[in-house]
Amino acid sequence: MLPIDDVFRLTLIGISQGCAYGLVALGFVLIYKATEVVNFAHGDFMMFGGFAVLTFSESFGLGFWPSLLCACIAMGAAGFLVDALIMRRIIGQSQASVFILTVAFGFILRSAAGMIWGWNPVSIDTPFDNEVTIANVTIGAERLAIIAATVVLCTALYLFFSRSRLGIAMQASAQNQLAAYYMGIPVRRQVSLVWALAAAIATIAGAFMAPITQLDTNTGFIGIKALAGAIVGGFGSIPGTLLGCLLIGVIEPFADYFFPSIKGVSAYIVMLVVLFIRPEGLIVQTYMKKV
Amino acid sequence: MTEPLLEIRNVETYYGPVMAIRGVSLTVNEREIVAVLGANGAGKTTLLKTASGALDCRKGQIIYGGKEIQCRDPDWVARQGISHVPEGREVFPLLTVEENLMMGAYFRKDSDAVADDIETVYGYFPALREVKGQMAAYLSGGQQQMLAIGRGFMSRPKLLLLDEPSLGLSPVLVTEIFDIICRLNREQNIAILLVEQNANLALQVSTRGYVMEVGGMVMDDDSETLLESDDIKEFYLGKKDEGARGLRRWKKKKTWR
Repeated sequence: MLPIDDVFRLTLIGISQGCAYGLVALGFVLIYKATEVVNFAHGDFMMFGGFAVLTFSESFGLGFWPSLLCACIAMGAAGFLVDALIMRRIIGQSQASVFILTVAFGFILRSAAGMIWGWNPVSIDTPFDNEVTIANVTIGAERLAIIAATVVLCTALYLFFSRSRLGIAMQASAQNQLAAYYMGIPVRRQVSLVWALAAAIATIAGAFMAPITQLDTNTGFIGIKALAGAIVGGFGSIPGTLLGCLLIGVIEPFADYFFPSIKGVSAYIVMLVVLFIRPEGLIVQTYMKKV
Repeated sequence: MTEPLLEIRNVETYYGPVMAIRGVSLTVNEREIVAVLGANGAGKTTLLKTASGALDCRKGQIIYGGKEIQCRDPDWVARQGISHVPEGREVFPLLTVEENLMMGAYFRKDSDAVADDIETVYGYFPALREVKGQMAAYLSGGQQQMLAIGRGFMSRPKLLLLDEPSLGLSPVLVTEIFDIICRLNREQNIAILLVEQNANLALQVSTRGYVMEVGGMVMDDDSETLLESDDIKEFYLGKKDEGARGLRRWKKKKTWR
């Protein structure tokens, strides 16, 4: 059996890993809910956002927080433009074309990042490079930072979507786009704003992941595991997505510890099992329309 | 005569290669209720969708308040003061009743007046006040229809496009909702373009009526005249006359056998 300290340590690492997946998956789900498009380039948005933070802190000499803010704004603007200039034109085409387009975006972003920032892993200077000891367990502060960031961000998003007029209107547009148009809600602009929001969240995820995994052009492939988490939770439900990502995140270190020969596969096994047993995901957010 | 509030001139709308309405014209004056009757697939809903910008017409003009509004985005049209209450309610299922109403007033900046108008809606539909914190998905069909009309009113439109408000409701509820439609028209000075299959009721509340068949207008007249017309009586009100007409029906039956 595993000593209790190790269980605690692995659980903490799992939760922080799950939060990281959750931050990435949030972007997937937000865009999916607004447009029914799965943005397969979202992981690469995250990678690009991480590099953007790096640029603002190294080239412009800003601290971590100002760089994060600037990167969020820059990436948000980029996300807005990606939708307004490109994605908007392909909505209504077949799912396959949309899929291929977003995958192609991923390739473009990875190549661009390689050309701009090089192909070698780099790290970002963050304020969380020390270690923290909780009950005999020593863990990197960056692991705790990502948990805190997820909690803060989710609370902010919850308040935004449930209280603010813009947030409620974004929900309305996602639930019934035509009716939202009839209400005079500028749906197109709102969809672009959702893309901006998703890109900004991806940037935050990238910045907080960088000290843990290092940053290189392939960092974005974490997006696949985040997608698995979102599917486990029931794509389309934000609480479900977070739950699914936490589940996958916590199972992963334990599975890697006990079955090192199949390291890194556990997320997909969980996804397959959930798809077999409960194909609609853990938390379902659907309703039957009354006639 | 003053200029009509809404004028539809020779509009043609297509679904891909299929012509859904072909050269339809119609006018709605201020403070008037105009009914559009017709069977399934006659093009009534298409006509409303074209008027509110959800579908683009290929030919013809739609003139509202002296401005051409055809082929604009539906959110823009809504901001000009045309509110479309779509067929089948189409409320925002996972928002509460009150949030649904707020969305109806999304583009208005006068938040005090919006709060007043929410009270006005609850005045017209007291049933909604009791469920204002509930998600719209869990309302009954009648409550959802009330919500859809209330939400349409929240933008303070000059013209309300109502698509089949009686769809799937009990006769008592239908009467109740039509009473409120008349009151909205009278008390709030909203002109209403009403698409209905319940021809009897629609002609009773409206001042003028149009009849559509396979994508074209076949009749238009004062509602009272239409109520008395033989064709309307036979095909839309289901009333049968004795005598010569009865004989014809018997003959028809004969030929089918």
